Amino acid sequence: MKEFIQKQFEKNHLQSVKLLSILREIQAEFHFISKDAIEILANLLKIERTQIISVVEFYHFLSLEFRGKYEIFLSDSITDHMLDKQSLANYFAKKLGVKLGQLRGDGLVSLDNTACTGMCDQGPAGLINGYAITQLSKPRIDEIVSLIEQQVPVEDWSKEIFKVADNICKTDLLLTEEISQGSALQNTFKQGLTETLAEINLSGLRGRGGAGFNTAMKWQFCSQEKETARYVVCNADEGEPGTFKDRVLLNQYAHQVFEGMTLCAAIIGAKAGFLYLRAEYLHLYSKLEAILANRRDNNLLGKNILKQGVDFDIEIRLGAGAYICGEESALIESLEGKAGIPRNRPPYPVVEGYLNKPTVVNNVETFLAAAKIALIGGQAFANLGTKQSTGTKILSISGDCEHRGIYEYPFGTTINTILNNCGAKDVLGIQIGGPSGTFISNQEFDRVIGFEDLATGGSFIIFNQQRNILDSVRNFTDFFVDESCGFCTPCRVGTSLLKKQLDKIVDGHGSAGDIVALEEICQLVKNYSHCGLGQTAANPILTTLQRYPEVYQKQLKAISYEPGFDLNASLAPARKLANRDDAGAYLAQVED
Amino acid sequence: MSETITIDGKEIPFKAGQTIIEAATAAGVYIPHLCHKPGYKPHGSCKLCTVNVNGRRCSACTFPAATGQAILNKTQELEDNRRKITQMLFVEGNHFCPSCEKTGNCQLQGVAYYLAMKDNHFPHFFANRELDASHPDLLIDHNRCIFCNLCVRASQEKDGKNVFAISGRGINKRLIINSKTGLLKDSDIEVNDCAVQVCPTGAILEKRKGYSTPIGQRIYDTQQIDQVSLTQETVYE
Ligand SMILES: Cc1cc2nc3c(=O)[nH]c(=O)nc-3n(C[C@H](O)[C@H](O)[C@H](O)COP(=O)(O)O)c2cc1C
Ligand code: SF4
Ligand code: FES
Repeated sequence: MKEFIQKQFEKNHLQSVKLLSILREIQAEFHFISKDAIEILANLLKIERTQIISVVEFYHFLSLEFRGKYEIFLSDSITDHMLDKQSLANYFAKKLGVKLGQLRGDGLVSLDNTACTGMCDQGPAGLINGYAITQLSKPRIDEIVSLIEQQVPVEDWSKEIFKVADNICKTDLLLTEEISQGSALQNTFKQGLTETLAEINLSGLRGRGGAGFNTAMKWQFCSQEKETARYVVCNADEGEPGTFKDRVLLNQYAHQVFEGMTLCAAIIGAKAGFLYLRAEYLHLYSKLEAILANRRDNNLLGKNILKQGVDFDIEIRLGAGAYICGEESALIESLEGKAGIPRNRPPYPVVEGYLNKPTVVNNVETFLAAAKIALIGGQAFANLGTKQSTGTKILSISGDCEHRGIYEYPFGTTINTILNNCGAKDVLGIQIGGPSGTFISNQEFDRVIGFEDLATGGSFIIFNQQRNILDSVRNFTDFFVDESCGFCTPCRVGTSLLKKQLDKIVDGHGSAGDIVALEEICQLVKNYSHCGLGQTAANPILTTLQRYPEVYQKQLKAISYEPGFDLNASLAPARKLANRDDAGAYLAQVED
Repeated sequence: MSETITIDGKEIPFKAGQTIIEAATAAGVYIPHLCHKPGYKPHGSCKLCTVNVNGRRCSACTFPAATGQAILNKTQELEDNRRKITQMLFVEGNHFCPSCEKTGNCQLQGVAYYLAMKDNHFPHFFANRELDASHPDLLIDHNRCIFCNLCVRASQEKDGKNVFAISGRGINKRLIINSKTGLLKDSDIEVNDCAVQVCPTGAILEKRKGYSTPIGQRIYDTQQIDQVSLTQETVYE
């Protein structure tokens, strides 16, 4: 083991900022991070063992306990459940002879849940030793179980098992055709850097990751900083359940995304950039590396790009399973090899980002659009969409419809149009923007996609009339409990309180005051949390409570107070100890 | 000429680089807090110090004071929600004040008195937490840890060591100890370290000292935390 760690350490240039990368390699090789590994690594990197432990415990795909030669994770998105995930998970567990969440006795295989893996258009999905699997079915599970029992190395499994489809269903300005390699950069240098920034400004481009900050303004702020060591970061963490468009963009349009990053670097004066790729997209890693190499060969990256005196290169850094790492300051912490805990603001990343240097963080789609704008000009982009939301938006559509996949629409398109295009019938409502977004009912389908109405990072999950709203609300609330980083009190404790209170109501233990109590926790978590995760964690409850109060009311018992637990069931151990089973040993839940 | 902010209508001067809580404390205005301590790097995690700055909620312990800020501090809404945040901390861990050696000297308790907290309000978590009494002079009762991070900072910033870290994620957060065994006795902590003294609750305790001041005569038995805080914490270097 010592040699292996030494080798990883050298490969990663002896840097503690590479801690996460090194830990990923150790986990992949040994399937856990042992105490010995921690001691060796602490000595090599000259950091405290506690720093390593806290990183391992933070990320879902790193573990202090052995996870087996085959580590299986099943995606727990609501869309997986809508595709019968639960019964397949039970089948999988039975076939393997292991309980969900556990390691099998012989140490060969473990099975667990994980947050949405970004395959909602082709679920039920999962990961095997980090590699994505899609469209799970009983025959597929049989095949996988037999490969595991024969201990066939994952590298030798049929490619079919790891097939990931792009499912591009509707294209517009950005998706119809990828720009030819280098064309946007050439145009940028031809017209000048300041002029290109002016075009991006003219285009009105706003960030596609959710918050919608003006892109040109962000780049301008960064370029005006005194500190000249600056960085460009592409946020490909894509953790919002129901979003998968960045995966498709990186699979088919990566050149253009890298081109967008490069022209940003030229404009803001950055020499180094990162693509922060979520762990779930490991299958894209080598392909993306090859594209970067190709761009270096073509003088589109590296030293003296296109002989214009600009030096810039991009490094891919993988995450390790944490939704919060999509939040830009948590992402930066993660890039520095730490747990992904959002920073205090100010300072903002454009002032103090990676290694406390000015840093631009943008979404994959934002860079894709910026490259297009550099080529076709700002006006052509601004001609599409609405006044406040120019251009197009790429949506990830999943749930109850005929054609799940990627759709590109000009902003301002109505929900009705979108539903018609994807073949959705008998619709109850739509979760727009993922769990952190809004649930809209079928009375609101004349609303439009756009920052002024329904803002979205692209997640679009359709529910038909057969679905129970409370199932999705519960799934989303559980998601936030699992993904809260735990830094601040309102979110760390509040998300768990939300879950307890919601479960109490849904399980039929709620009474008159319980909905008010639920709302009270919602407001606290929303208004007092440190970052966007906590601030939106109550949205699934708040947006459905607002639209369907009767659905919640129906779960309540009529009595004025109902204990949150089953009194009689809780007395069972006492009855057993006292060896009693007479009528007096049973208590009514509430006295009449 | 020094610049000013207003807190609940009162004009307060501040120096460049000061946070809102620093300016407030210097001017004799108490803002409830737990993870903040003067002279330590701001952390901003407990959220007790949340104030309203020109209509936006901010943590007073991290947010820089700036000209033009109209700040609300002692409003009904903020005090109610600070109480609820305190209640969250109470139900998350296992805090049995009547049997705790720190009772009366505990800042969590002091803040709860100040905010007129009468019950725990939320359901208890009954977390399964451990006690490490391995060290001859110290003990750490994880049941009482509120993840304020002060011991972590004290050890790094004041003691020049690195005895503590906060690990885990979400509700599974935990304080870990920097030693091969993970036990306090094998770490390089010493009784007089700032990291021992800084704990606002009874999580880190000196052994055999618990009852040297009788209950009833302790800090918050006789004074409100705002007064204690303002007399102890107004000194800035
Ligand atoms: C909890 C949380 C998760 C986020 N996840 C992502 C993400 O996966 N991808 C993304 O681009 N932005 C994400 N964001 C938004 C980023 O913080 C940031 O605003 C964005 O990357 C900026 O890029 P843009 O201006 O191009 O949108 C997330 C924010 C929060 C609070
Ligand atoms: S809101 Fe949640 S995710 Fe964000 S810092 Fe607080 S605990 Fe962490
Ligand atoms: S005192 Fe400001 S967040 Fe804790």
